[in-house]
Order: sequence, then structure tokens, then C-alpha cells
Amino acid sequence: MTIQPARLAPAAGAEGHREPQLTPESSAGIPIPVVAGADPAGGAQLEAPGSYPFTRGIFPDGYRGRLWTFRQYSGFGTAEESNQRYRFLLEQGQTGLSVALDLPTQCGYDPVDPMAKSEVGKVGVSLSTLADAEVLFDGIDLAGISTSFTINGTAAIIYAMYLAVADKHGVPREKLTGTIQNDILKEYVARGTWIFPVRPSMRLIADSILYANETTPRFNPISIAGAHVRDAGATAVEEMGYTLANGLAYVDELRRRGGDLERFGRRLSFFFYVHMDFFDEICKFRAARRIWARLMRERYGVRDARAQHFRFGVVCGGSSLVSSQPYNNAIRVTVETMAAVLGGAQSIFTCAYDEPFQIPTEFSAELALRTQQIIAYESGIAKSVDALGGSYFVEQHTDRMEQAILEVLGEIDAYGGVVKAIEDGWLQMKIAERARERKVRVDRGETTVVGLNAFRRAEQSEGFGEVFRLDPQAAQRVIERYEAVKARRDNRAVETVLARLEQAAAKDDENLMPYLVDCCHAYATVGEMVSRLKTQWGVFQEPVRL
Amino acid sequence: MTDAATPHVLRGKRILIAKPGLDGHDVGAKVIALALRDAGAEVIYTGLRKSPGEIARVAVEEGVDAVGLSVLSGSHRELAADTIERLRAAGAAGVQVFVGGTIPVEDFENLRRLGVRGIYTSAMPLDEVVASVAQALAKQSA
Repeated sequence: MTIQPARLAPAAGAEGHREPQLTPESSAGIPIPVVAGADPAGGAQLEAPGSYPFTRGIFPDGYRGRLWTFRQYSGFGTAEESNQRYRFLLEQGQTGLSVALDLPTQCGYDPVDPMAKSEVGKVGVSLSTLADAEVLFDGIDLAGISTSFTINGTAAIIYAMYLAVADKHGVPREKLTGTIQNDILKEYVARGTWIFPVRPSMRLIADSILYANETTPRFNPISIAGAHVRDAGATAVEEMGYTLANGLAYVDELRRRGGDLERFGRRLSFFFYVHMDFFDEICKFRAARRIWARLMRERYGVRDARAQHFRFGVVCGGSSLVSSQPYNNAIRVTVETMAAVLGGAQSIFTCAYDEPFQIPTEFSAELALRTQQIIAYESGIAKSVDALGGSYFVEQHTDRMEQAILEVLGEIDAYGGVVKAIEDGWLQMKIAERARERKVRVDRGETTVVGLNAFRRAEQSEGFGEVFRLDPQAAQRVIERYEAVKARRDNRAVETVLARLEQAAAKDDENLMPYLVDCCHAYATVGEMVSRLKTQWGVFQEPVRL
Repeated sequence: MTDAATPHVLRGKRILIAKPGLDGHDVGAKVIALALRDAGAEVIYTGLRKSPGEIARVAVEEGVDAVGLSVLSGSHRELAADTIERLRAAGAAGVQVFVGGTIPVEDFENLRRLGVRGIYTSAMPLDEVVASVAQALAKQSA
């Protein structure tokens, strides 16, 4: 007896098929006028780009001064394989690295841990000791490129490891540029690589930011990310609202720790998804830039414009991509990248068309990078800053997005703040419900996804083209290096630095970063460091609500 | 929000929705859990980062009819095989196992051979997923 797999949506012309329609609302649910006229309330006070509150951009010369960073997220298997892919991408004109880490590294397990079984090297590269980082960055000039790490639960440790590898390369720390995501709040909401409870996690983030401000002044020690909440189901408006709320929670924590907002505010950065509704996406960035600047100036009295700047990177693709007719995804990413540029992003990652179902092949990864390069150098849209500024529709839609984002912020305040909303599981549940609404709309054909619920071919194949295959021996090689490092390192020295780390973790006012750097230099493993911190802090108890 | 014609096709069924391994993408699991619940099933959700052993233990303790594994990390084969084996070892071979997530079509046959009864990806309408689970569980009790 074979159970039939669930059927896909009906093909064009088949029974149950719906003709796609233009809906009267934007994807965020905001009514869209048939024609936007010269509304005196819309865009009344249009300041110049580079001027407060920065609706039109944080730089007066936009991309003419400096183009956005082309930053493709990549990493898999062993450090050797990822190092090869990085060198390939840099040779192709990529200007920044973005390191994808495997789940054991992200969740603080060594590759031999039973929980790590079957996940080593799968969705990113495994970094368990400094020895892996040495291989990963071999032959790459750390003073000449910026490196971004999508790392959260273990962000402080991976940042410490990067400092240690720079020390080994002889690169002065003040020359390092890059980003660690280091945004734990959204991990509790959407991405799930939390380790410790909220309080000590916030402390570790404050430690790393305050330390980075002193040690690596050009490095972004946090990238407050709405992307994952968005990809999990939130609308563009909620993505902005929740992320600004998280940003404010970090600002409050850092000020409580004695941080100077005029200073650390300059190094706060943000990270978002760009999905398919072109004007929602452009206008959410224009709106968020001025909301953040106003919050910094009006709520906190920040005077330095650089600490009012809302700087952000984006990723184009994600759940807006589907595996049906996958080559269509390249066109989606093109549209999204144009929205990111017209919205004024500082760095862009373009997903490959095959990302809904596999790690990109070298071919698809190159095509994704070329998409950005064509938009940058052929389309001309990057030449004049905020080229859409002053359009009746764009200014009015920016106002509408701003209003809606402020309502979301108000809703979180009314609940009792974002930390409470997360600890209670309220925010998580809201996002799950939103995801379900979106799914039902797509199922019913109310939201059109070409190739999936509209314009399907009857005998459409879901499989296609070149398949990426991870080397099945990669995990074994990761474990071999791990074992070799443990065998040759000075275990007494490791025990000493780990014991110091644990003692420091017990005291609330001690910055843990120097201890973590010492641990990395001694080749302590990520799992060892995490387990010492767990001893002091415990682990997060996930609120499971349905 | 299931098909109005089959409002409670899963009434009386107990289903465990589980996140094995370290993958933290749980929205699909929650969306499916909500859809199954609306179709009349009693749904238990494990939360993140459960080992196959823990999942099998909860499945036995709760006396569920089915386990739905949600995996988006590419580790679906290992995790499904391990869970099925542990269910058998616990004397619960009758518990039906379903898998959802980022599952390449080439792996479908392999998973079925392991004993997975249904495989669902995000492209499939929720109503179809619910109907397919209901069909599998109805045949089991018949």
C-alpha cells in the first residue's frame, strides 16, 4: 500500500485553478491607491540625502561615494572547502566574505557531541577551534576584506576566534572590518540558535560590543536582524517594528552597562530580507531610517549624526523563492536587489536560485553575484542617490509604512516590551499565525507565486539541473582535525584559561571577551567554552506555545 | 482553515510534531501543527533540538498515532532513520512517521523505504497535507 504524496496546486487550465489578480493592497496589507496625486501631507518635508532624519539616505552622495558591499553568504563542509569557495568568490569580484557556520558551531556543540551527529558541516562550515579558523582564512588578507559571520549564540566566541586568527596573521586588530550578527533576541523568536537564558545572553552581547568599540573600532559587533523574523512569516512592517524594538532593547542594555550611545551607536547595524513587493521594500527602508534617527535624537538625545544612522545589509530571496520552476528565482532576486539598491542598502547578499532546496552550486552562486554586478554597473540605478525620492507614490507610501511600523512598536510597548514578549512566547506565536495566513493565501491563490500557484505546467518537474553534493567524508575530516588539535594542545594551559573564563562569567561586571580570546589562543574548543558558561548561566527554557 | 468539506478528518488522532537535531527553523512545524489541530487532531509540539531518542520516548509516553518530523538542515535521512529505529526499539513500530521540510525529490524514495509514510514540502497546500495524513492514519486503523 502506497500513500499518495500530497498534490501540488492545480496547473493552469486545470480544475480549481484561479486566475491571478492584482490585489488592492501591498504585501504588508497596506491599501494602494490607483493613482497617487500631489498630496500635501505626503513627503511634505523632503530633506537632502545625508541630512537628518535621513529618509533619503545616510550619505549625501549615496553609492557614488561608495558602492554597497557584495557579500555572498557561503560556507560548507570543512574549512578547506569553504576557503576554496571564498577564494573563488573573491577572484570573481566579491568584496566581502560572509561566513556560514554549521549548526553545531552555532549552538555550541563540538563536532563529536551526540547532539552534533549528522549536522557537522551541513549548513555551513564547522569551526570548533582556532585551528579551523587558521585554515578557513588561509591566504586571505584580513586587513583587506570585511568578514561577516552569521553567528549569534556563540557570537562572542567566534569573534574572539577571528581576533586570534588576525593575531596569528599579524594583522593589527584596529584594521579589522566586518560584522558578527550577535543578535540573540531574534534567535529566540525565529532562528533558534539560542543557548543561554535571555539575561546572560544580553550581557555577553554587551560585553562583545563594548570590547569591540575599544579593540576593533571599524568592526560591527552586532547586526540587529529582522531578516529571520520576516522569512518566518512576519510582514515587511512587522519585520521593521520587531527589529527596531530589539534594537532599542540592546541600546537600553548597553546604556545600563555604562556604554556611551554616542559611541556604540555608530557601530550598530541592521539586517533585513527583501522580498517581492517592490515599493513596500523600498519604503520600509526609507521609513525605518527616519524612525531610528528620530528615536536616537528625540528619545536618547544622541547628537552625533553617525550614531543616528540606520545602516543595514540585506538578503534578497529566502522564502520568496520557491522550488517550482526554480529558474524564475533568478528574476525574483533581480527585482529584490533593485529594491534594496533604491532603498539604500549598505551591503547585499543575493540568494542563488537553487537556495530553496540546496547549498548553491558554483554556477548558481556566480549567477547570484553577477545579478548584483549587473544592477550596479549596467542598470544605472545606483548613480543618483535615492532616485525615487520625491515621487508622490513613494513619499506617501513611505509615510504609510512609517505609520504602520510605529503601530507595531506601540503594540510591543503595550504588551510590556520585547523581552517579555519573547520570554512569554507571544511574539513567536504571532509570527507562526502570520506564517499560516500567508501559507493559506498562497494555497488559495490569493497571493500569486508564478510557477507555484499560477502558470504551472501540468507536467512540471520539481527536480532540475546541477545538484550540489556535500562531500560525505567532510564530517569525518572535521572530526579528525578536532581530535588532532585536542591531542597536541597543552591541556593544562587550556584548563587554566577555561577556569578563568568560568570565574569571570560568575561576576556580572567583568567583560568576558579577553578571557574568550585567551581560550581561543590556547585552542580551547567552542563546546568547552560554552559548557563552562552553561555551568554558570544555565540554558534557555523555550516557551512552547501552540 | 482546512477544506470545509472535511472539517474534522483527524478527530481522535494524537500527533507529535517534532524538531529533531539542531535546526531552528520551526515555523513550518508550527504551521502544520496548527493546521492538524484545526482538522481535529490533538497535537503536541516538542519545541526545538530534540534527539530522536527523546522524540521516540515522548511519542510512546503520549501514545501518539503519528510523529511529524520537521527538518530543514539537510539531515532528514539520518534523523528519520534514527527516529524510526528508536520507535521500533521502544515497541512503537505502529506509530506512523511523516517528514516535512527542505526535502529534495531525489530523497523521497529513500525516505519511503526507511518507512516514512508521507513527505511534505512547503509547496504543498495545507489542505492536501492534512488530507494525506488523514488518509494514512485512516488506513492504519481500518
